[in-house]
Amino acid sequence: MNSETLNTLDSYSKNKYKYGFVTDIDEEKPKKGLNEDIIKFISLKKNEPEWMLEWRLKAFSKWKKMKEPKWANLSFPEIDYQDIYYYSAPKGFEKKPKDLSEVDPKLIETYNKLGIPLEEQKVLAGVAVDVVFDSVSVATTYKSELEKLGIIFSSIGEAIQKHPDLIKKYLGSVIPAGDHSFSALNSAVFTDGSFVYIPEGVKCPMELSTYFRINAENTGQFERTLIIADKGSYVSYLEGCTAPKRDDNQLHAANVELIALEDAEIKYSTVQNWYPGDEEGKGGIYNFVTKRGLCAGKNSKISWTQVETGSAITWKYPSCILKGDNSIGEFYSVAITNNFQQADTGTKMTHIGKNTKSKIISKGISLGRSQNTYRGEVSFLRKAEKARNYTQCDSLLVGNQCGAHTVPYIDSKNNTAVIEHEASTSKINEDQLYYCRQRGLSHEEAVSLIVNGFCKQVLQELPMEFAVEAQKLVSISLEGSVG
Amino acid sequence: MFLEIKDLSVKIENKNILKSLNLNINKGEVHAIMGPNGSGKSTLANVLAGKEDYEILNGKINFKDNDLFDLNIEERAQEGMFLAFQYPVEIPGVNITPFLHSAINSKRKRMNEEEIDNLSFAKLLKSKASDLGINIDMLKRSVNTGFSGGEKKRYEILQMSILNPDLAILDETDSGLDIDALKIVTDGVNKLKTKDNSFLIITHYQKLLDYIKPDYVHVMVNGSIVKSGGSEIAAEIEKDGFQKFQ
Repeated sequence: MNSETLNTLDSYSKNKYKYGFVTDIDEEKPKKGLNEDIIKFISLKKNEPEWMLEWRLKAFSKWKKMKEPKWANLSFPEIDYQDIYYYSAPKGFEKKPKDLSEVDPKLIETYNKLGIPLEEQKVLAGVAVDVVFDSVSVATTYKSELEKLGIIFSSIGEAIQKHPDLIKKYLGSVIPAGDHSFSALNSAVFTDGSFVYIPEGVKCPMELSTYFRINAENTGQFERTLIIADKGSYVSYLEGCTAPKRDDNQLHAANVELIALEDAEIKYSTVQNWYPGDEEGKGGIYNFVTKRGLCAGKNSKISWTQVETGSAITWKYPSCILKGDNSIGEFYSVAITNNFQQADTGTKMTHIGKNTKSKIISKGISLGRSQNTYRGEVSFLRKAEKARNYTQCDSLLVGNQCGAHTVPYIDSKNNTAVIEHEASTSKINEDQLYYCRQRGLSHEEAVSLIVNGFCKQVLQELPMEFAVEAQKLVSISLEGSVG
Repeated sequence: MFLEIKDLSVKIENKNILKSLNLNINKGEVHAIMGPNGSGKSTLANVLAGKEDYEILNGKINFKDNDLFDLNIEERAQEGMFLAFQYPVEIPGVNITPFLHSAINSKRKRMNEEEIDNLSFAKLLKSKASDLGINIDMLKRSVNTGFSGGEKKRYEILQMSILNPDLAILDETDSGLDIDALKIVTDGVNKLKTKDNSFLIITHYQKLLDYIKPDYVHVMVNGSIVKSGGSEIAAEIEKDGFQKFQ
């Protein structure tokens, strides 16, 4: 690597995280620490029915007996669960505001700055958004339009009160509270998140989207999202996230459950841009996320697409349980790490039904001193006749001090299964840079072009409205915060 | 003077490649450099384009009133220098159309010209491609990716005709081309030639010069130009090889 490339890389790693501002707003926070009292407090604040509190407390008692999973290729100091705030909400949020006139203008301004306008006349065309600020949902756009089609799109808190039958039936059905310590923790203390129900035969006419923002200091965000696509329905859902720059690490442990019934399809896309920490590795979000989808019915399909550019630590494996015959699971991922970021991400595809298919495309880009691991497990159960998997993992290294790792597990109990696996690791190529620059492109433009080209297979899976945004984010990541 | 190379000595990894090389090119001239393998022809092309692996020991290069060594790779390109590569590199996932569009606009920006919009660029690209017998489908592919040797060379010439350089350096563009492809490529070059631009054609064989008529032919041996003259030199080499110049 020549000196000019190193210089450019150096200038990339100077942090330019543009979402790092703090909103100065009075927040209500109970004391730090994790105990039954805080869980009761959260449940009370959310005005939850008794059964929900019991559900939380049960999860908490499980959590107390559990240890954090340790198999990931990550190193970080022990998390002190008693040193975290578990609830933080702008004052006066006991009830979700009825409309924007009840919302503090500072909050509306915050979302304007983040590029998510909430005012009716300015809302994003074709995208319904639920915005979550620390522990509470602030607003949901296009709600009434969706209601006409029978689509429920609300905060999970609201759904617990209004649709208890659906919640009781599905919450925790894909990710049981006792699955591992982070799912137990989330089940005990989750504060807000989104709930989506698409009725039988309905194709949701717009993108549904949730925007998560962590603002308060030393506060964990534990969101919970539940999406149910009834028979023959379709929905495309998007999630975006940012947080202010802070020197302390903050914990984010979300649970996302998807259920696709017969002939239903769910497309779930994430653009994760939590604060990654500074160039010395100080601060940043610890992102321990459990995402799992169940293809419950025949011919159902769940597709995960993620662009992971943020967080100090990413621990995330959006997975599919392919239970229905002919069901399809897909996972498309771009993970970019820079400076001291660590990412251990991948997927789990569990083939249970006949003729089930899964496809995994993972692109890891490592810069600075970061470590980027793909970890995947593809398993075929005994009855998964003629199931197929295709896996492709490509890693791109930029610079000499970063690492890329690929850890694929395959477990087949059915000998009719067809498994294909391709993997590659490459370095950003000086000849490619020379070629681009000889055509008049600057060094930075050339790097961004090559990296975007490397990610293209995944970026093109994103919904149109966000593909351009994601492409920009990749470029910004290269020039600023993430690489 | 348009391009003036004075007393240029260059080394790479402790090996002296170019030794006190002198060459002057005026506007509107076509120069050919011929020489045996390892004589330093490609090194000269890459030093002109600004590739960083070389150590300049001595000498000066002037290009359009600039000290060439003050400009980095992209600035030289934006000033109108174009290198058609001997082995064009594949860039997977980077589509040709936006790639060339950014390239042309970066040049226009430097020249304080207005940027060309998507639509006009697409039109320009299509018409240039059809001039060179390039299939429109090829414009949907990634840069050089999965191209045959001939396709890559043709695509270099397409880029050259889009960027319309003041100085085009063709590094062994004829290598690996069959006669049909060679005709298309050289036709492209001849169409582009005006009284305001110049060509430096590097070649091992005389064959290319049957199609592009150079004003000057230089023989390069062991890092220096040992003989210069008109196209009669090319015929001499065709007949007797490089032996007598060594």
